[in-house]
Order: sequence, then C-alpha cells, then structure tokens
Amino acid sequence: MLFKKILKFAGTALTIAVVANAAEAREIKIVGSSTVYPYTQAVAEEFARSGGAAPTVESTGTGGGMKIFCQGIGEQYPDITGASRAMKASEKALCDKNGVSDISEVLIGYDGLSIANSREGDAMDLTKVQIYQALAAKVPVDGKLVDNPYETWSDIDADLPDVAIIAYGPPPTSGTRDAFVELVFHEVCKNGELEFWKNAKSTLDKKAFKKMYSADCTSMRQDGPFIEAGENDNLIVQRLNADPDAVGIFGYSFLYENLDSLQPVAISGVEPDLDTIGDGSYGIARPLYFYIKNAHRKVIVGMQEFIAQYVSDDAMGPEGYLSERGLVVLPEAELKASQSAAIDAKMM
Amino acid sequence: MTDISSEISHNWASSNARSRISRRYRRDRWLRNTGVGAIVVAMGLLGILLTSLAFTGYVAFTTTKVKLEVFLDPAKVDRNEPGKASYRNLVREAFLANFPELKKRKNKREAIKILSSGAQYILRDKVMDEPELVGQTISVLLPLSDPFDQLYKGVVPRRINALARNRIASFESLKQRGLISVENGSSYLSLAIVVGPAILKNPKRGPLKKIMRRAFAELFSGETGRVNYKILSRDAVKILQARIRKDVNFAGDKLQVKLPISPIYDALNRTGKAEKLNPRFKSEKVLDLFDALVTRGMIASPFSWELFVNSDSRFPELAGLAGAFSGSLLALLVCFLISFPVGISAAVYLEEFAPKNKFSDFIEVNINNLAAVPSVVFGLLGLAVFIGFLGMPRSVPLVGGLVLALMTLPTIIVSTRAALKSVPPSIREAALGVGASKHEVVLHHVLPLAMPGILTGTIIGLAQALGETAPLLLIGMNAFIPSIENVGLLDPATALPTQIFTWGDSPERGFVSRTSAAILVLIGFLVTMNLLAIYLRQKFETKW
Repeated sequence: MLFKKILKFAGTALTIAVVANAAEAREIKIVGSSTVYPYTQAVAEEFARSGGAAPTVESTGTGGGMKIFCQGIGEQYPDITGASRAMKASEKALCDKNGVSDISEVLIGYDGLSIANSREGDAMDLTKVQIYQALAAKVPVDGKLVDNPYETWSDIDADLPDVAIIAYGPPPTSGTRDAFVELVFHEVCKNGELEFWKNAKSTLDKKAFKKMYSADCTSMRQDGPFIEAGENDNLIVQRLNADPDAVGIFGYSFLYENLDSLQPVAISGVEPDLDTIGDGSYGIARPLYFYIKNAHRKVIVGMQEFIAQYVSDDAMGPEGYLSERGLVVLPEAELKASQSAAIDAKMM
Repeated sequence: MTDISSEISHNWASSNARSRISRRYRRDRWLRNTGVGAIVVAMGLLGILLTSLAFTGYVAFTTTKVKLEVFLDPAKVDRNEPGKASYRNLVREAFLANFPELKKRKNKREAIKILSSGAQYILRDKVMDEPELVGQTISVLLPLSDPFDQLYKGVVPRRINALARNRIASFESLKQRGLISVENGSSYLSLAIVVGPAILKNPKRGPLKKIMRRAFAELFSGETGRVNYKILSRDAVKILQARIRKDVNFAGDKLQVKLPISPIYDALNRTGKAEKLNPRFKSEKVLDLFDALVTRGMIASPFSWELFVNSDSRFPELAGLAGAFSGSLLALLVCFLISFPVGISAAVYLEEFAPKNKFSDFIEVNINNLAAVPSVVFGLLGLAVFIGFLGMPRSVPLVGGLVLALMTLPTIIVSTRAALKSVPPSIREAALGVGASKHEVVLHHVLPLAMPGILTGTIIGLAQALGETAPLLLIGMNAFIPSIENVGLLDPATALPTQIFTWGDSPERGFVSRTSAAILVLIGFLVTMNLLAIYLRQKFETKW
C-alpha cells in the first residue's frame, strides 16, 4: 500500500536526519534583549559569511535572556545574552547559584529612546518634567499627588501646542518601557525636579524615598492619553502617520528608518541623532550590553572568534556596520575598554 | 363563518392575499440577498487584505541592482584558493572606478554605502563557483543597500517637507498681517524695533539681537505655542546693524526695518512649499552619484530570486525565505509523521472497535474540545514538556513538529471519523459476509475507501499548522538563521509565519514590503495545499 510506503520512507528519513545531527558540535547560542538582537544578528551574519558556523540568535527580552543564561553551564544553556540594561544583583545571584560565576560584561554602545510625531504635526520641544506631567498616572498639583489632570499639552505649559495629549508607547513587558520609566519618570522624581518630590526627598530617609518613588512615580496613566500599542514598534509608526496629533515612544532605530515621515521631539532642545545620543547630550539613552559565559569559551567552537568579530572596529567601531544598523557607537576610550574586556575574558 | 373562510381560501386576487404573497416573496428575496451580501462582504474583506498586501508587497519581488565591471586580478585572487581574496576591496574599487572625481576618503566611504554590504559575498560566491573566471573582467549585478533600493522603488521620498504644522502656522499668521514682502526675489519681514540712544551710538550685535527678538516675540503675544525665532534669517542682526549705522541721524525711538527671513521660510513664501533632503540620506552629493548611476543605465531592477533562495539576513535587500521554507517543511514532516498514523489509528478504534459507553463518549467530547483549544496552549505545553521535562533543544523543527502534531491531531481524528462513517455499512457487511476478519474489513476495504476524506482532512489540518505562529514562538522557532547549510530536525530553524513575525518587527524599511511579500508567499502555499485537498477529494471520491 502507498500509505505503508510513505511511512517507511519517512521513517528512514527521520532516522538519517537525527543520526546525522547528533554527531555535530553545537553552534554558538545567543539569547537576550530584543534591542540588542538586530546588532547580534548582523554580527552573526557577518561571522557566518566569513566562514564560521552560524550562531543561533533568539530574541527573548533582557529579563528572559538572563533567566535562561543563568540556568547553568553546559551544552544546553546559551553562551551569550544581550541586555538593554546592566545585569541586576538578583540575576547575578541566580547565576552564581547555578555555578555561572565567570561572566564578562561587554558594553556595546548606546540606544536612544525617541519620542516622535508625524511631520504633518507640530514640532515639539519638551523637558523631561513636561513628559512626566503628560504621561505619569499621578502627578503633583498644588503640593499633592493627584490623578493626572492634564488633557492638552498647553495645560502643562502655555508655550506648548494646544493639542490633546495622545501618546502611543510600549506595554509593561517591554524593556523599552522599563527604560523610559527609569530615564524619564524616575529621573524627574529622584532628582526632585518638582517641588513635591524635592520636599519628599528632603523629609524622607533614603529607603523610604526610594519606596515612595518606585510606587508613585512608575505607572503610566491609564485614563486614555497614554495608549499601549503592543511590542511592535512599526505599528506605532503607522498610527503616528495616521494621527498627526499623537506622539509615539520607541527605540531610536525605528525613528532613524522613518525620518521621512516622522520628526523627533526634542528633549530640552536636543534632538536625538547618532552624535547627541553618543555624547550623552540627548537625555533619554541607555547602554546596551552583552554577557559572555567564560566557561564556554574554550568548549564552543568559534566562540572566541565570534566575540572578537563582535567587538572589532569593523563592527562596533565608529564606521562599523553596526552603526549603519542604528547603533550609537562608543567613544574611543570606552570602545577600547569594551574590546579588552571581551577578548581577555575580564570577569565582572 | 364558512362563507368567510371559503372566501379567503379562494379569492387569491384580493388585495390582502396579494400583499401576503408579495410579502412572502419579499422575504425569500431578502434571505437570498442577505446570503449574497454576506458573500460579497467576505470576498470584499479578503480582496482588501490581498490587494493591500499585494500593494505593499509587490516591490519586494524585485531587487535594485547595479551592474559593475569587476577585474578579477590574478594578483589579488588566487585561482586555487579563491575564498581567501579580499572581495570587499575588489567590489569597492570596481564601484568607485565609476566616480574618478571622488578624492576624499570621507566621500568615498559615503559613496560605497550605496552598495549593499553583502555585495562582496555575492562576488565571492560567484568566483568560488567558477574559479576559471580569475584573470577576466566580469560583469556582475550587485544589490544596492536598503535606503537606495527603497528610493529607486519610490517607497521613500527623496525630499520631504521641511517645516512642521505649527511652524508653518506661525509664518502664515505673519503673512496674513501683511508683514511679509518680496523684494528682488527674496522675502523680508517688516518689524518695528524700539532702539534706545545708547544702542544707536554703539550698535553691538549682542544687545541688538536681544532687542530684535523681543520685537519679534511681540508679534505673537496672545498666541499659544513657542515663538518661532527661526523665521528670521541668521543675517538679520547684521542687516539691522548696518541699517542703524547707515541711519546715524535717525531720531525717534521706533525704527521700521525690513529684515531678511531664513531661506526655508523664503522658499515657503515664494514657492508655497519648503522641502529638505530626506534625513535618511547623508547628503545631496551621494544622491547625485546615485542619479549618475541611473542615467548611465547601470541600475536595473530584476526579479528577486533572493527572496526565495537566500536565507534570513539583517539586511532586507539580502533577506530571503529559504531558511523559513526548510524549517516549515521539516516541522510539517514531523507533524505529518506523528499526527497522521496516530490520528488514523485513534479514529479507526473509536469508529470501528470502541464500545459505546460513557468512557468512549468522554473521550469523544475531549477530542472535540481539544480541536478548540487555542494553539498558544499547545505551545506552552511543548515548552513545558518537550523542552523543559524531556530536555529537547530549543528552536528546532523536531519540537516544532511535535507541538504542531498535538494541534493537528484532533482535526485529523474528527475528519477521519467522518470519512469512516461515510463508508456505507453494505461494504463492511459484504466483506464480513465473504468471511473477512475485522482487521481485513478495516484495512482492505473501509480505510482505502475513506482515504480521500482522510487526506483532505489531513491536508487542511497541515495547512492550519503551516500558518500557526504562537506555539512556534514559545518554543523559540523564531531564531535568526543566516545560513541554510545546516538543515536538520535538530538544527535551530525558523518557520514561515515566525519569519513574517520577525520581519514585521524589524525597523528597516525594506522589511515592510518583505513582510507583505512573505505573507503572500505563505498564502500561496495555503491555497496550493487547499487546492490539493480539493483535487484529491474530486479525483478519488467514490459515490455510492
């Protein structure tokens, strides 16, 4: 019967495929942040083209990547994880607990978070305080924290356009959202840039103040003006093009690719570009890292070469191919430090 | 009473009867039209989906390429070891040879970015395939980088509006008040400036600028929004200073001056639009170089085989679906090998052997429920059981196929049972009557006759599995696979729907059309599979 023949053939094929695979050594495995993912992809591609075994790169998010990375040493665990923030103490503890203590931390470059709107809309220049006032769930008014009362930008400052506040941004699961809250909200509250937070800072002790701002200065408003637009930043770009009055919050690379239809919102007079993010004058930028499991270096074929490729001037340098993909490259001294940390397996 | 009833039953011509009849016909028509309407709506939505996909996706079916003459210098390329040569330099030199006027390193570096960064590898692969080419000058088509590819296809504009809505509005308000005039081909703003005697005597630019800006800001008093000082030209202060120096004898305190406005607003005033270079491109110069290539006829836009034969890439102009094809195919193979035999065995038992009791009813209800479970649940199950408990590797087609098999099983069982049921009892009875045993009845007669129905159900189940994304994302089958050298059940892979997912999430503009194109390819596959199912049904179906 035909049916039997098909089964027989398929069974043979399956056996051959499994046996042929088992004999090969494993390729490099990389997990981690979706922000670092495109850069790692580019290096992996270059590495594969120049003769190495193509590494497997998977985007799991920074936290998810750390969890998998820290599970242990051995073939089934990844070798490298990308992160859009430094490793947390709790994650380091998890790693240590599972015997993954020899880790190298490599700073790759910077990523700017951009706020942008359609070129059909108004050009805007905001301060972090204004962004906080527009988007936080609770803001101080007359010395008290109240539910955000602002409906138009001109409610916050008469110099701002008289249009309703509509902001599309990432959901809470996104690293971009964490970075935004930390770099805008927390900075405004922590530095006491508003009278209310200044008072709180001076009256409370350090621990209580930290507890207070992580409780009351972290949530985005839920009453309409802030709209969670899902993890896909291209969706935000499309919505901005449809609604000139809305602003969107996303990674700089999406702004960079869509500069023909979107204009950046300047933060305290500084527009994001490769230079202003790199030298720190643009206020909302975060560092990008990758973490290397040093115990795997000698075991996994090509890992050392891959790392060397990643930190090479061709990739991470000022004219490297990662900058073409929108990475904001490191200044000379930091680049050298990163390169030596990566190649010499400096333990963090 | 009888009179009345006989009148009603017989008098079909009465107005009452006629209206009743026409109402009934109306309702018939209404039912029919609702059906037609529903089909029109469904087809219309499908049409909108397909046209919008085709509209954004069609550009991805071509790749913009530049035709280069490359001399494969035997001094640089070793015929015996062609892989070792620096193709980067070869491509660079061949490309820059078209622009001998470029001298500065910076300009050359900018020009080379017109080419895709993967161009060197295409040349390398060509030479490695045909080492006998070394020593010759060959003509190769190399892809352009994404921004220029998109520019040539007209997806991204060359120039964009330079001014935002509020900037234009502030300028228009000045214009409406008659403060803007044109003299000798450039635009001026009339401004009344109050100048104190101290400034008149010693008109320094610093204080003058402050006075000028104050006077300018006053024009907008009472309006919301920031004052747009950029309307004034950078030279305005200089002109103002010269004007005051000229008018040394100026008495009084209010000076009416005409100050130049900045070039962009000048253009807006005189031509009605203000444009600037698309910031995605570094300079006008590099666009001029690109235009030169176009006018020399070196740019072509052939069909993009890359979309089908290349594997994934970070660079949209090089990215293709080959990796996703092979991943999907392997996962479907595993899915078929597991779900087909298991599904048929289960269905045969339930249909032919199982006693009718509460337990078999319970199983039946559960199978029907299973068919309705969201696929993401199967993904979670796969993550927990296959990867977590059984320790299988992430991202591999074997696990993907197992998860998809779980999903396809209920579909196959249900359709197989329906097919078995549709085989007439007379066949079974006839077989039993000539002395066939139970297994002979099933394997020799019932199953072959039910096969067309079973295959149809299986193919539709597999088509569903082919389009499934969520469970594959959970088990990591969205890995980035830049080469298709290692293809196997235990090699990391990606699949068509997850490839669409990752492309759709990429910032590069080229991936927007690539995503649509990939969806079209996937839909093409699904349609083919469904057509195959219809064909099998038509061809082998037995009518009793």
